Amino acid sequence: MTESALKAESRKISDEGLDKGVEKLTPAKIEQVINSVLANETGARLKVYADTCVHCGLCSEACHFFLSNDRDPSFSPAGKVKQTLWEILKNKGSVSPAFIRRAAEVASTECNLCRRCAMYCPFGIDIAYLMLVIRRICHKLGVMPQYIQTTAHSHSATLNQMWVKEDEWIDSLMWQEDEAREEIPTLRIPLEKEGADIFYSVIGPEPKFRAQLIYQAAVIMNAAGLNWTMPATPGWDNSDMCMYTGDNEMMGRLKKAHFETAMRLKVKRIVMGECGHAFRSIYDMGNRWLSWKMPPIPVTHAIEFYHELLREGKIKIAKKYDKAVTLHDPCNIVRGKGLHEMSRYVVNQTCENLIEMHPNREHNFCCSAGGGVINCGPPFRNKRVEGNKVKAEQLFVAKTKGAKVVIAPCHNCHGGLEDIIHHYGLNMELKFLGDIIYECMEKK
Amino acid sequence: MHTLYNLVSGPLVWLSFLIFIGGSVFRITTMIRLAKEKDTAVFEYMNFYYASRSIVHWIVPFGSENMKKHPAMTVVTFAFHICLICLPLFVFAHVILWKESWNISWWYLSDSVADLMTLTVIGSCIFFLVRRLTVPEVKYLTSNSDFVILALVAAPFVTGFWAYHQLPAYRLMGILHILSGEIMLAAIPFTRLSHALFFLFTRGYMGSEFGAVKNAKDW
Repeated sequence: MTESALKAESRKISDEGLDKGVEKLTPAKIEQVINSVLANETGARLKVYADTCVHCGLCSEACHFFLSNDRDPSFSPAGKVKQTLWEILKNKGSVSPAFIRRAAEVASTECNLCRRCAMYCPFGIDIAYLMLVIRRICHKLGVMPQYIQTTAHSHSATLNQMWVKEDEWIDSLMWQEDEAREEIPTLRIPLEKEGADIFYSVIGPEPKFRAQLIYQAAVIMNAAGLNWTMPATPGWDNSDMCMYTGDNEMMGRLKKAHFETAMRLKVKRIVMGECGHAFRSIYDMGNRWLSWKMPPIPVTHAIEFYHELLREGKIKIAKKYDKAVTLHDPCNIVRGKGLHEMSRYVVNQTCENLIEMHPNREHNFCCSAGGGVINCGPPFRNKRVEGNKVKAEQLFVAKTKGAKVVIAPCHNCHGGLEDIIHHYGLNMELKFLGDIIYECMEKK
Repeated sequence: MHTLYNLVSGPLVWLSFLIFIGGSVFRITTMIRLAKEKDTAVFEYMNFYYASRSIVHWIVPFGSENMKKHPAMTVVTFAFHICLICLPLFVFAHVILWKESWNISWWYLSDSVADLMTLTVIGSCIFFLVRRLTVPEVKYLTSNSDFVILALVAAPFVTGFWAYHQLPAYRLMGILHILSGEIMLAAIPFTRLSHALFFLFTRGYMGSEFGAVKNAKDW
């Protein structure tokens, strides 16, 4: 056994979704599913990417998993393609159940689909796309880490990520409205307001365990005097783990429900909370599955929204946040929408002192939680956190320069960075931009 | 020897150009047709300005972050590709052949410059070989075909240098020079050397996605 095969063996993690999933597979079934995905769902992109890669290894430098695992080549972007797609193409889909198990693990837990490698490959080969093809195959074979698959089931059953029932959703909003009225008696969280300017959408975890973010958003909307609403029906959740399990049909259903809910309320635009993957789903992948080149209704990410409110003076900062902060650039809104200058504008308007991490902006390192990796749950936690030592080092450098607080305008990044901060004993506070704005703004 | 020479410098030249040009047109048109059928997004998002912006950054030495991270590789890669493309077009012996066959001619390189450029190509191939054998992340990706392709590319330059300097058995080397050049040319559309054909498309597409949709740089 080669050294890397040994390493791969030693990092095998048991997971019900993967282990039980492969038990049901037969070589014939695998071959049939792979060839049907390759023939019906892929085309020139996949072929050209496979033929054009000159095996130069230059993409390696891009990947935090590779850099954090002592430059282990099996963690390099092309190395992950070698262990999955190249073998599949070489064997024309005739691969073993054990191979599929490993492929599922590589594609779902060792790649965050962060697209940094596309900026390091001289040919611009989109390895995130190739990993999504592998996830698609694994999805169709029923081999997916259990935790993320459970989340996908929640999406199927409830159209939200966290099994939140319809009445619980409404109840959570009313509860937050009540709480906020203690502070601002005139505040409302307007439900089902037809013709509002803004449809505010959040991800499942907000009503479930980060309800204060809805409170804060309401305070910001209120202070800015905006005409906004939230729906009282399913379709409120903009998140989408199905996009990451390869369940494209469900990804389409989720986005359709989301867009249609906004359209039913005849709003002018969707403003969404601080989430990265949801933005990718709405702005990049889900809309495309539904054949919308761009979202059918304008979509504004929280960063753009805060930028707009501050620039236009709709909210005012009473006193700038005085602890030194550093800013994490979430992949899906930096490489996914180029919002890095806007987030810096917001930070500079609200905080006294921003200490940059390097590399930053488009060249940021992912939090290692994105792409559904954190949603694969506890079995893969250590691999995820140890696979991002480089982020810990970046944070540590920022800390030595004085940064006490990490701002991460993305939910997944919060989860990932929280684990990193804890695991590496960095002892830094973690905040959303909304937290900072809420704390520093004039609330009227 | 004369029959062999006549074969490689006659019909095989035509054949190799035919395979190279025909094969390239075939590969590109097939992929465009397939993309129209299966990857409509490619056409929807392809954007001339952003595609060019990305391509320019990647064909200028040190135009991307990654090139700055690998200075030796960058210098070698650029020197290699420039020499690889310019030498066959502008080396005196080739220009003479065009003149004799078609009575057309153009600017040519001095022999000493051509020599230096040939050594650059050979040296680069050795660099790539050493890199393949020693850098773990490259070694991991390397298969036998990578060595074959490298040999395929190095062969015309090694044999050309040999023949020009009239080292032992240079007549045979001359024939092998022509033959290996023909093989390399014919191999371009059908091996990973096709990166020469697809670079503009893959880079251009990523540049378009990043520039026009994602509002970000990709270099």
